[in-house]
Amino acid sequence: MSASVSTAHPPTPAAWRAVFGSWVTAYKRTWRGSIFGRFLSPLMFLLSLGLGLGSLVDKSTGGVDGVPYLQFVVPGILAAQSMWVAMGESTYPVMGAIRWNAKYHAMLATPVGIDDVLLGHLIYVAMQITGATAIFIGVAAMFGSFGSWWVLLCLPITVLTGMAFAVPIFAFSAKQETDSGFNILFRFIMTPLFLFSGIFFPVSQLPVFMRPIAWVMPLWHGVQANRSLALGSPDFTAIAGHTAYLLVVIAVGGWLARRAFTRRLVV
Amino acid sequence: MTDPDPDLLLHATGLTKTFGSFTAVDGIDFAVERGESFGFLGPNGAGKSSTMKMVGCVSPVTGGQLRVFGQDPATHGPQIRARLGVVPQKDTLDEELSVEENLWIYGRYFGLSQSEVRARTTELLDFAQLTDRAKSTVEPLSGGMKRRLTIARSLISRPEILLLDEPTTGLDPQARHVLWDRLFRLKRSGVTLVLTTHYMDEAEQLCDRLVVMDHGKIVAQGSPRSLITRYSTREVLELRFDTDDHAQHGEAIAGIGERIEVLPDRLLVYTEDGDVAAAEVHLRGVRPMSALVRRSTLEDVFLHLTGRTLVD
Repeated sequence: MSASVSTAHPPTPAAWRAVFGSWVTAYKRTWRGSIFGRFLSPLMFLLSLGLGLGSLVDKSTGGVDGVPYLQFVVPGILAAQSMWVAMGESTYPVMGAIRWNAKYHAMLATPVGIDDVLLGHLIYVAMQITGATAIFIGVAAMFGSFGSWWVLLCLPITVLTGMAFAVPIFAFSAKQETDSGFNILFRFIMTPLFLFSGIFFPVSQLPVFMRPIAWVMPLWHGVQANRSLALGSPDFTAIAGHTAYLLVVIAVGGWLARRAFTRRLVV
Repeated sequence: MTDPDPDLLLHATGLTKTFGSFTAVDGIDFAVERGESFGFLGPNGAGKSSTMKMVGCVSPVTGGQLRVFGQDPATHGPQIRARLGVVPQKDTLDEELSVEENLWIYGRYFGLSQSEVRARTTELLDFAQLTDRAKSTVEPLSGGMKRRLTIARSLISRPEILLLDEPTTGLDPQARHVLWDRLFRLKRSGVTLVLTTHYMDEAEQLCDRLVVMDHGKIVAQGSPRSLITRYSTREVLELRFDTDDHAQHGEAIAGIGERIEVLPDRLLVYTEDGDVAAAEVHLRGVRPMSALVRRSTLEDVFLHLTGRTLVD
C-alpha cells in the first residue's frame, strides 16, 4: 500500500461533523428503546447488588472498609457500564459499516477521509457513553448511592474509561472477518474484567498473581478514580494517574484503529 | 502538475494496480474529455472496477500516472472527490434510513449547507422519480429504485464527472431502460459520464467512446460503431444444431462468410449479408435447428479480440 494514500488527510470539522451527524440521524430511529435501556440497567444493578446484596454485606461486616456496600459498588458499576456501552457501540456497528452496509465506503467516496470517518464515529460513541453515564449517575443518586458532589467528576472519568475500551475495540472490529471474535472479546475479556477489576470487592482480595491483570486493564483505573470521587475523599494524585493511564490507552488505541481502518478501507 | 487543458478531465498513462502478486490493472492509457460519455467494457475480473476506484480516489495508484481534473489523487484526493459523483457497483445506501435522509446525510459529507441539501433533495427525488417514496425507508424499495436513489445521491454535489460502476447489473429490462433514460438526460445536461459495464447493449446505448478491457489491459478502443466496423462484419448469422458438439458442423460450412466462430452452443458466421450466407448454408444441404440473422454487436468485437464471450 502506498504511503501517500488519497484518503489520508487531517480531519476537517465539516467532514467529521457530517460523519457524526449521519450516526445521529440513524440513532433518531432507535433512541426511545435505547434510552429506556439506559434507565433500566442502573435500576437493576441498584436493586440487586446495592440494596439486595448490600444489606447482607452491611449486616455481616459493616460494609467494605467502613463504607456501605451500595456506596462501594455503584461507582465501580458505573465504570463497568461504560465498558459495556463501548463494547456495544464499537463492535457490530463498526463491522457492519465495513462489511455489511458499507457505510464507511459511502463516506469515503466523498471528500470525507479516513480520519474524519474515525473521529466522527468515535465522537458519536463518546456521546452515547456520556448519555448512559449521566442517566446512571442521576438514577443512582436518587438511591443515595453517592457520598459527595465530587461524583459529578465521575462523568468525564467514566467517559474516558468507556473510550479506553471503544477506541481499541474499533481497531479490533475493523480486523475481524466474522463476528465470532466478538464472542471471545465478550467472554474472555469483558466478563472477567467485570468480575475482577475491583468493582464488587477490592483487588487486594485477589490472589497476588491476578492483581497485575486488573491494574493493566483500563477498567480498574476507572473504578478506582470513580470510587475515590464518589465517596467524597478524592485523592487527586491517584486520580490524575488513572486519568493519564486512560488517555494513554486511548492514544495507543487511536493509532491502532487508524492503521486498521486504513488497511481495511484503503486498498 | 496542473494539466494545461481544463477540458481534459481524466488522463491516465501506464496506470497500474496490483494486489500482492496479482495485477488487476496492467499499465493502461486513456483520456476523457469534458462532456464525453466514456465506457470500460469487459468481463468480470478485467480490471474495470479497480480502475474506477483509482479514478474515484479511494484506491491508491500502484504505478503509472493518473490525473483527474489535472490533479494527482495521491495529493488532492478530497479536492478531486468533491467534484466527482460515484455510483458504486454495490449500493451503499443506508437501508434503515428514509430515502430523503440518505440524500441529506450524503450532502453533508460534501460540506453543503442544510438548506442547500434540502433544496437539492427535492429536485433530485423528482429526477429519480422517487418523490412519493421520500419518507419511506430504503430497505423495501425495488432494485431499480435503489439504483436510482444511488444515482440521485451521487448528484447531490453537482459533480462534473459521474462514475458509474456497472450501473444496471442485476436489474430487470424495464428498470434498465428507466435508468438509461435518466443517464441520457444527465449526459445532455453536460455531465461527463464514465461507466463500466459487461453489457454490450448498455455500452452501445450510453458510450460515445469506450475501451475494451481484458486481463487488466486495454485490447481495443474507439466508438461502439467504429469498433464493430473494425473488428466485426455488418451482420452475423447464428446457427444452432441439435448436437453436443458444434465444431463438427463448422467444417460443413467452412468458407461461407468472412469468418466462422465456434461456440459451445452455436456457430457464428460473420458476413456482410446474413441472408445470402443463410442461403449458401442451405445450398450445401446443411440443416440447422435454427438460423438467425442479426446485426453485429460489441459482443462480437469482444469475442473476436479475446476468443471468449463477455458474460458466461
